[in-house]
Amino acid sequence: MELQGLDINVVRKGSGKPLLLLHGGGGPIAQMPFADRLAERYEIIAPTHPGFNGSKIPKHFTRIDDLVYLYLDLLDDLDLTDVILMGFSMGGWTAAELAVANSTRLSRLILVDSVGVKVGGREDRDIADVFALPGERLAEIMFHDVSLAPNPHEVPDEQLQIVAGTRTALGVYTWDPYMHNPKLPHRLHRIKIPTHFIWGASDGLVTPEYGAKFCEMINGATMTVIEEAGHSPQMEQPDRFVDTVFELAG
Amino acid sequence: MKSWWFTEDCYPHLPEEDTYRSIRVDLPNQHCDPEIASDLYNRYLDLWCACDEIGLGIMLNEHHQTATCMVPAAPIMLGILARQTKNARLLILGNPLPNRNQPVRVAEEMALVDVISKGRVECGFVRSVPYEAAAANILPYRGSDRMWEAHDLILKAWTTHDGPFNFEGEWYHHRQVNIWPRPYQQPHPPVWITMGSNGSARPVAQHKHVGAVFLAGYPRIRDVFDGYREGYLEAHGEHAPLDRLAYLGLCYIGENEREAEEGARKLLWYMESNKVPPEWSNPPGYHPPPVSANVMRGVTGSGVPTKPTLEDQMMRGNVFAGTPDQVFEQIKAFWEYSGGFGHMLMMGQAGFLSDSDALKSMTLYKEEVEPRLKELAANTDPAELWEKSKAAPVREGIDLGNFAPEFVR
Repeated sequence: MELQGLDINVVRKGSGKPLLLLHGGGGPIAQMPFADRLAERYEIIAPTHPGFNGSKIPKHFTRIDDLVYLYLDLLDDLDLTDVILMGFSMGGWTAAELAVANSTRLSRLILVDSVGVKVGGREDRDIADVFALPGERLAEIMFHDVSLAPNPHEVPDEQLQIVAGTRTALGVYTWDPYMHNPKLPHRLHRIKIPTHFIWGASDGLVTPEYGAKFCEMINGATMTVIEEAGHSPQMEQPDRFVDTVFELAG
Repeated sequence: MKSWWFTEDCYPHLPEEDTYRSIRVDLPNQHCDPEIASDLYNRYLDLWCACDEIGLGIMLNEHHQTATCMVPAAPIMLGILARQTKNARLLILGNPLPNRNQPVRVAEEMALVDVISKGRVECGFVRSVPYEAAAANILPYRGSDRMWEAHDLILKAWTTHDGPFNFEGEWYHHRQVNIWPRPYQQPHPPVWITMGSNGSARPVAQHKHVGAVFLAGYPRIRDVFDGYREGYLEAHGEHAPLDRLAYLGLCYIGENEREAEEGARKLLWYMESNKVPPEWSNPPGYHPPPVSANVMRGVTGSGVPTKPTLEDQMMRGNVFAGTPDQVFEQIKAFWEYSGGFGHMLMMGQAGFLSDSDALKSMTLYKEEVEPRLKELAANTDPAELWEKSKAAPVREGIDLGNFAPEFVR
């Protein structure tokens, strides 16, 4: 669909209450089995952030708030109300910022292994530096079951080039300050809708302890930790993940 | 033809290679003994000062968080040399503009050294190599655009003499730019910019700046230089003079072949030691996706080859080594093939090459090679040489192997 004069790829599937799904740094996830199950109860609206999955980054897109205003426009253009907003990792950060800016069209916020705030001191590495880690090490912190990590030697060249572009886009949105907005904790009080955190117990990119501290920053927020899952519980434990969502959101 | 002598100021005393993953970015500085470093800096400064005596131009650069090059602030070295030398031109190649958050400060530093040296600064600007991204904490995406914006601001700062001006660009914002001092050279010091591709050469030509290419060798030199020459002709309606182009190779000259080979093998330390893993050589947005994908797959990306052979590197046109006669013939052949250039940049010291060996090679170059190169260039019409270069068949049999593309910047 066209938003702000940009051609934005938006996957829509299922029917029911609207669920705006914001993907993380790895790219679109609406094609995964967990999303198929969610589509049995909700209408999923899943945009691809500009720059991801082979799409272009507009020159003026340099920060997370560019995505925030893009998706505020998306909510307006589609005239969506009573929306469940679900964000993963950097998409979680985007979702939290969006809810801070304007949550009038939202009914619920679900943040999954989300980045976006700093919880420790200036010398604490709260969020692993994904741009500085060797591939093997990155796989270890991202996955509970490391055998699920993609092997770049087995990925076709065309796909690997898309991965490279996606990595660039992730850098554009999250490089500095790294994966967080220092002002966000001072604004989270504006979130008045029910908020829930879902976290992979084995996440080494942002640990469950980080998630718990983030959770404490939002009034009334609760948290579910999913065992045997890393940074992407929706992928490693799709059933437990979807069951949790159904339990929360009906 | 003008000649420039260069060393990266390395710290060659490394731990066992299998005990560290990278020589850049994260090699702990516990391996750097300040006593040894102090001696090394003073030795390297002495070698540069010797250029002043011998009559060679001085070239220096900077890198960060690496044992390959211990100069994290080239303008400081330049300042020392401005005071300690009397005649040599001082080429800094260059200031890594996208990684400097204050281009106005760069304009000030260069103007300061230009004034102290009474107008001897040749000021290079570079996008910088990918390993610098982590050290500078700067995303390298659109680094060239960022470099050009900084360039525009610096040139305006150098050439504006009637009080403050305003600059509010995409990356850099200064509302009261009015540098003191202004440069000694008018309108400003000569500007050099490194070029890595045909496309990146064109804007350099449009500005008539000197375009420098590092280690592109036979396989890539014509593509890059042709980009410059075509861009120059298109923008200015005349052929680019030879002095607008520069090439850097490793260079060692001995009195005999055995001596030359020994010296050249020592210079290869520069390539052999460049152990760099993909997480540092492939930061997000530095390389275009096809190149980045190759690095991820391990096709390229370990910097320059870590197991280079002298023969291979000489065949590629990355190393010139031999007796004065041989080196003259090697450079001449490469020069003709490339379509010509007016500046020969020589990496003449690296690794454990001794000062006396470095000095011997510098002197032999100055006395026996440079005069012949000067004569060759003086009697050449750039347009004719370019035509000859275009007509010359492509050099076959030179495998680029894992030679990293970022290295030609």
